[in-house]
Amino acid sequence: MKETIPDIATRNFSGSNQAFWGGVREAAGMPAILVTSAMTGFGSLARDSGLSLDVSVALSIGLWGLPGQVAMAELWAMGAPVLAILVASSMGNMRFLPMALVTIPWFQGDGRARWTRYLAAQIMSINIWTVFMRHAPIIELNQRYPYFMGIGAICLVGGTIGTVLGYTLAGTMPSAVTIALILMNPAYFLFVFSSVRQRNCIIAVILGSFTGPLLHKLTTDWAIPLTGLIAGTAAFLLDHAKKKWP
Amino acid sequence: MTISLDLWGSASLWGITGLCFFGTLIWRILGTAIAVHIDPEGAVFQWLNCVAYAMLAGLVARILLLPIGILADTPTFDRAMAMVAGFSIFFILRRHVFAATMTTFAVMLVMTILRDMKYLG
Repeated sequence: MKETIPDIATRNFSGSNQAFWGGVREAAGMPAILVTSAMTGFGSLARDSGLSLDVSVALSIGLWGLPGQVAMAELWAMGAPVLAILVASSMGNMRFLPMALVTIPWFQGDGRARWTRYLAAQIMSINIWTVFMRHAPIIELNQRYPYFMGIGAICLVGGTIGTVLGYTLAGTMPSAVTIALILMNPAYFLFVFSSVRQRNCIIAVILGSFTGPLLHKLTTDWAIPLTGLIAGTAAFLLDHAKKKWP
Repeated sequence: MTISLDLWGSASLWGITGLCFFGTLIWRILGTAIAVHIDPEGAVFQWLNCVAYAMLAGLVARILLLPIGILADTPTFDRAMAMVAGFSIFFILRRHVFAATMTTFAVMLVMTILRDMKYLG
């Protein structure tokens, strides 16, 4: 299992096809396991909420962001008004805006059509994002897009399988396994973020980890975007100050 | 509550699903529309990077410390022990993400089973 970051090595694939399969291989381990387990959790929740199987799968593939999916399923079960469901689900997935802002520029100048950028943004999820952001700098510009799509393809397959599994198995899995699987997801992301090498990102991760829970106590709805703005800006400025006065 | 296995959704359910799809898509489109004008070598890009990492780290820390749903019923002590065990392996094995994640999973699984069997308080 390749999980350590190659420090100097660049990854050059002999073509787009190879880059695509390189992405598939890269994500075939932990990232695919995680997205499958996360969507298994969603599948059982969807069934408990009274959603149908086809809609549950459509939500996983179409929304492709767990907080928005969970909000939709839970509010539907409560019989909430359509507008409330839409707003809650949309706000739950707002993080895709800043995530797209830092992902899409990596493709800049590769000569591909504008619509491929939007397709990449639709395929993006937190799993795909973390794998891609770790390797994007060491992959040749032209091969980044197929590589990204390879990561996306295997994660989408895992997510679909997970949703169907969770939906059909709902209520039959031991609760201890469900709990441990759910904890595995945030744990994985914390470990990945802890292996970030760029100094400004390290500061951002540390500041964000403290700011997030604190702000959540003050404002549940705006805690996450505010954390990003406050802790992220602070990290950027701190890193900048350190560069000027070493 | 009886759980039925519905294969096909009603028209109203599909309608809301479609709306929610656009509700999430809007963020992706907005982000991409702005992103194509961002210089990947510039300071703005670096700042946005910090914002994205801080936001996701904050989200993850919140899920671990103040969880909602099924995790909310587990003691903070158990989650903390599972994370401490994971981080120990993470640093002992020089940032091995896979081993660390599996350790956290295993420790949480064992602690939850022990608690169910009343071996832990």
